Amino acid sequence: MNSEIVLEACQLKKSYHKDRIEVPVLRGVNLQVQRGLITSLVGRSGSGKSTLMHLLAALDYPDDGQIHFAGERIDNASRSRRDAYRNQNLGIIFQFYHLLPELTAMENVLAPLMISQSVLHFFNHRKAAKRRAEEMLDRVGLLHRATHKPSEMSGGEMQRAAIARSLMANPSLLLADEPTGNLDTDTGQEILSLLNTFNQDDGLTILMITHDDAIAKNSDTCYRMQDGELNSETAKLQVA
Amino acid sequence: MYRWLLCFRYLRTRYIALASIISVTLGVATLIVVNSVMAGFSAEMHERLHGLASDILIECHLSKGMPDPEAHIDQIMEVVGEDVAGHSASVHVPAMLGIDFNGQLITRHVNFVGLDASTYDQVSQFGRYLLHPDNQKQVSFSLRDGGYAPGRKQFPTSGWDYRRAKAAYEKALEEERQKRNAVFGSQEKPVQGNQPSFQIAAPSELFSETTDCDVAQEFDPSVEQFPGIVLGISTCTTRFRDANNEVQDHYYCRPGDDVRMMFPNASDNAKVINQKFTVVDLYESGMSEYDSTFAFCRLDQLQEFRGMIDPASGVKSVTTIQLKLKEGADLNAVRDALRRRFPADIYAYNIQTWRDMQGPLLAAVRLETTILNILLFLIIAVAGFGILATFFMIVVEKTRDIGTLKALGASGKGVMSIFLSYGLLLGFVGSGAGLVGGLIFVQNINEIAGVIETITGQEVFDPTVYYFNEIPTIIDPFTLTWVMLGAMGIAVIASVLPALRAARMHPVNALRFE
Repeated sequence: MNSEIVLEACQLKKSYHKDRIEVPVLRGVNLQVQRGLITSLVGRSGSGKSTLMHLLAALDYPDDGQIHFAGERIDNASRSRRDAYRNQNLGIIFQFYHLLPELTAMENVLAPLMISQSVLHFFNHRKAAKRRAEEMLDRVGLLHRATHKPSEMSGGEMQRAAIARSLMANPSLLLADEPTGNLDTDTGQEILSLLNTFNQDDGLTILMITHDDAIAKNSDTCYRMQDGELNSETAKLQVA
Repeated sequence: MYRWLLCFRYLRTRYIALASIISVTLGVATLIVVNSVMAGFSAEMHERLHGLASDILIECHLSKGMPDPEAHIDQIMEVVGEDVAGHSASVHVPAMLGIDFNGQLITRHVNFVGLDASTYDQVSQFGRYLLHPDNQKQVSFSLRDGGYAPGRKQFPTSGWDYRRAKAAYEKALEEERQKRNAVFGSQEKPVQGNQPSFQIAAPSELFSETTDCDVAQEFDPSVEQFPGIVLGISTCTTRFRDANNEVQDHYYCRPGDDVRMMFPNASDNAKVINQKFTVVDLYESGMSEYDSTFAFCRLDQLQEFRGMIDPASGVKSVTTIQLKLKEGADLNAVRDALRRRFPADIYAYNIQTWRDMQGPLLAAVRLETTILNILLFLIIAVAGFGILATFFMIVVEKTRDIGTLKALGASGKGVMSIFLSYGLLLGFVGSGAGLVGGLIFVQNINEIAGVIETITGQEVFDPTVYYFNEIPTIIDPFTLTWVMLGAMGIAVIASVLPALRAARMHPVNALRFE
């Protein structure tokens, strides 16, 4: 097995404050995501797995501990580096897809490029960008829906569009937060096999957060987050 | 890139925001209309005021006036000669105008001006405002045959034709009266003035009686005239609305009628001169201040009547010298130079530019324009608060999208710029629509006024108040630019707070509500 570590979390701590009472969510989480593998993080709702994901995606700051991305410390990096990290190095998909409702599928897929590039640069390279977006839409089987708005698409289609968008910038890691959580079993299965395909064909590293043990079982590595007890003793289950 | 795409999409999909900029549109349109109309009014007023007043006015406050105007002009030319394009000397004297009306006397207070027709047109546009087309070309103080005010529908017959007809009528009336007196005796005569029947029958009958003491016996009004006088049109007319609500002018006298002027002579022990004049034309500048207070006659005649010609030396005096300056000359510099030459403690002269004379009026118009602009910009500022509220709603509504954008790597600044650009775009669309609307309104303002009049029955632009027949407008590109920029600036400023809120929104909170 390739032991190169893409993402590593050391002793992550995070707590929320509610009416001056400190509610600890993460109590020192250690996590390693190896390149080319599907790692899953299982836990019941409220166990803090979404909080962990937000920390890993540099959307929030940990109270203590460190996050390293490909050896680079990311948790205390500058604002612009964290923005670029999300934009270039990371793909994120959500349970509720989070497509921009005003934009078509194609434009949603193009969004990461539009965010990172200036108007002029994007305009000059729009043909290449469009080709890449079409390729991505084609790979998720949504090319025929390119001009449709999210409101005209089904849940599965929206999640496919979200996957295409997250992989647009060719990231080294995909963070998937309950990608099937809002889908029926069959559609969920389709999405999972789509993710598997990307993993196998392109060697995409995936960190999947889920509450479903069945999904976790199919992953290369699995972390369990004990609800209530939180993360001090994350069990490492080698399944596959 | 994404910010513009999102802006345009938001613009197309958020109609509530469009509603919030309607007030911007209306504000901008109103500002443009108001500024155009005010600019039109003030330009028209400037033009008229300036047309009537010369650039520089040197007034002598002495009753005798200043002797030897030529010597004065030589001295003036010595001081500011290179800036002077023309000059004219005249006599201004307060006077009372008396017009016969159905046998009774109407009196008006006027400024009586004796002017030199050959030079007066160099310093002001006097001739341009006369009613007779030939007088407009070359002013004459002789009565013309007819053809006064050809463009005016209800102008009564005037000129020699009218004068001859009137004289013939009066002569016939006089003969008739003499016959009656021969039959009934002369008892009736003293009470004629109180008899209603006579007042209707013969407008000028008593007039001839009250004046015949001044007039040489052989004076024949059908072929002769008194010295010519040009009256400001409002001194001898009254404007009213008839039963059909049409504007009507009634003329107390017209070219061809005789009037009397009473004014002081030039001696230190002033006496009243009572002199008859024949109205040879009327003067209508559109400025009621001028039209209702001025009367003009020939300079040499007025000098003679007032005794302003020294019998020993033949030196004539005037009260006023008017100067016309060359294009681009500095009015105030010339005025100050002249004031230094004729200091106020030695000479009883008042030296003013036309702007000094009309200062309060021009300042009032400027103040009015400024206040209207401030008020209307406050309206747009109110619209800004509408945008602010709407934007806050949109930011709340777009919470998830803002989180998504941040998760995709958009920076706080980028998210902020979405909403700032959106504000700019809304401001641009709103003020652009206002600009187009305002310009169309200004272009068709008289038609619109007409439509409003027919609908409401209320006269929008009352010609009994203003002497313009149409609403004057001037569209100033500079005004348009700053109105547009101001409105867009307000829209952007109003979107700053919501944009800041969006920028500071924590992505986790934005993404969490699942």
